[in-house]
Amino acid sequence: MSKAAELAALIGSQSSLSNRNLVINGDMAVAQRGTSATSQSGTDIRLLDMWQLVEGADAVFTIAQSSTAPDGFNNSLKIDTTTADSSLSTTQFASVKTRFEGLNLQQLQFGTSSAKPLTLSFWVRSNVTGTYSVMIALSDATNIYQSHTYAISSADTWEKKTITFIGDTTTAIPDDNTSGFLLDFCLGSGTAYTSGGATGSAWSSSATSYFGGHAVNIMASTSNEFLLTGVQLEIGEVATPFEHESYADNLKKCKRYFIKYINSSGAYAVGAIEGTTTAIFSFPAPDMRAAPTAAIDDLTIGGGIGSPPDVTAISSVTNTGHSLDCTLTVASGLTATNAARIRATGSDSLLTFDAEL
Amino acid sequence: MNQKMNITSAKYLKDLEDENSIVKTVIDGETLFVPLDLENRHYAEIKRQVDAGELTIEDAD
Repeated sequence: MSKAAELAALIGSQSSLSNRNLVINGDMAVAQRGTSATSQSGTDIRLLDMWQLVEGADAVFTIAQSSTAPDGFNNSLKIDTTTADSSLSTTQFASVKTRFEGLNLQQLQFGTSSAKPLTLSFWVRSNVTGTYSVMIALSDATNIYQSHTYAISSADTWEKKTITFIGDTTTAIPDDNTSGFLLDFCLGSGTAYTSGGATGSAWSSSATSYFGGHAVNIMASTSNEFLLTGVQLEIGEVATPFEHESYADNLKKCKRYFIKYINSSGAYAVGAIEGTTTAIFSFPAPDMRAAPTAAIDDLTIGGGIGSPPDVTAISSVTNTGHSLDCTLTVASGLTATNAARIRATGSDSLLTFDAEL
Repeated sequence: MNQKMNITSAKYLKDLEDENSIVKTVIDGETLFVPLDLENRHYAEIKRQVDAGELTIEDAD
């Protein structure tokens, strides 16, 4: 596309000139949890910020932030099958999802006669050619979704895909911090979710069309892989060029949903000791989407001398909007009214807060 | 059509006011501290499994 054509498309896209992309971390640049995870299975696999891998079959994956990417991008989300499942039961599937907060979707005017169409564009690559499915599901409604197919035509070659979804004039998206809808890329699915064919430009509640028309199975062989990047979802019927943003801006958006304090030689935070086994800390943080789940490993509380006790639990987490106020527990050894700091004790030390959708 | 999380243990923890405030749980082999907030996806799933009779949360010590 020429620059003039790009500008014309942008102006005619019914979208704003900035903040067009509803997808956060569509370029797969932010990976707070790490850049690779092996032996992944289950229904809630998270690595790259804002993206979820659901393995609802008997396969096992390695998931990674890959440097294999099309021109203009440095990263992709890569999913490698390491244990195959070549015979899916009717209800088994695997897919890659990202979700969107309802309060970020109100400009779509879903549920009104002015509901806006959406155009999805993305780069995809796989050794498995054939017909794939991608769909949008309204999370707050009961099984309302719109599925489309696309083809990967050439093995191991980046291909850019563009798909337009019609707006939903009947179902409003609640204006709140819960999931308004999700975008779901199928990797393989049993016939219970494919046999009805794609909905195309229609909204449906038929389960057989959820991944309608999907015809390949990334899980079928340990030779298979699937890579995705440059995901953009924008208002209008025209796909504009991917809206690159700074890493800092991207990371800031991601931290509304997930924060990882990594190992360092200094303190994670300074707090106050409440009793022999409890201390309170206020971790600087942006306004997270909801009260987050915490995970800890190899942390101590103390004044920096002696043998500070290990943190054994977090017994409260409060999202104040500008900090995360936490009560941390140790087995014994604290002195009330003292100040204290929380520190890492090893290379595996971590403290995470997870409010992802 | 999300399938359920694999939750193998769940126990309440109390805050400084002696009120239940966290569920210490193991999900897919990872120990997590989950606030009692239905907008939190982990707690929403814990609550769903409790309501379905598939999970019991132990009382706090």
